[in-house]
Amino acid sequence: MNTHVSPAPVRQSVVVEAPIERAFKVFTEQFGSFKPSEHNLLAVPIAETVFEPRVGGHVYDRGVDGSECRWARVLAYEPPNRVLLSWDISPRWQIETDPEKTSEWEVRFIAETPHRTRVELEHRKLDRHGDGWQGVRDGVAGDQGWPLYLQRYANLFGRAA
Amino acid sequence: MTVESAQITALGDPTRRTIFELIADRPRSVAEITRQVQVSQSAVSQHLKVLRDSRLVRAEPKGASNVYHIDPHGLGQMRAWLDQFWSKTLAAYKVAVEQPPRKSK
Repeated sequence: MNTHVSPAPVRQSVVVEAPIERAFKVFTEQFGSFKPSEHNLLAVPIAETVFEPRVGGHVYDRGVDGSECRWARVLAYEPPNRVLLSWDISPRWQIETDPEKTSEWEVRFIAETPHRTRVELEHRKLDRHGDGWQGVRDGVAGDQGWPLYLQRYANLFGRAA
Repeated sequence: MTVESAQITALGDPTRRTIFELIADRPRSVAEITRQVQVSQSAVSQHLKVLRDSRLVRAEPKGASNVYHIDPHGLGQMRAWLDQFWSKTLAAYKVAVEQPPRKSK
């Protein structure tokens, strides 16, 4: 049995009442102003979040003590239409240093009218994070053909599957 | 944590658990699942909605219908978290971008 469980991407979109150039500019230049603040791998509060506007740049949080956390790499930067970034945070909430084990998120800006822009976000290649759920996949693909987590849930109900 | 308790609740129903087990065995369509259980197709669809909402399974369009796959557990958690993260981020972004342009950042 060779069951490959590949996860669906996270897809979201929003329509904003703003021209495409402004939609792009606010998303990139002010990213830190709307990113939820609970998202932080630093030991201290975030002083600012910087989105470096170029391929090869990073998105990083800077803590109030000057420490930095670079959690995304800019893979494509195409104003005002598109950005593509990596997501270098592992399922264990640590910075992932192996680029092969990172997912990616793309943001596309589409002008619906001169004053209205549709922003589509896709966070994909989630399975590249790997180790966080390797055990689950082995369980699915193994001879027993039974996901470990399903067993675990069954145990919670006190009924053997 | 919310996701996990939703998953536990979702699997508390015996029919739903049977449906989930069928999907865990291999990806299946609603019609295929209906042939294996003692309830109507519309009831199966309702159960699938609950399983989908709690991130235990996901639907992939295939022709006129959906094929259901399991969402690996650890990944399901991360995926659910990312879903919420991006949802909050885009909502806050909409507010930011629709403010009148400021002279200085």
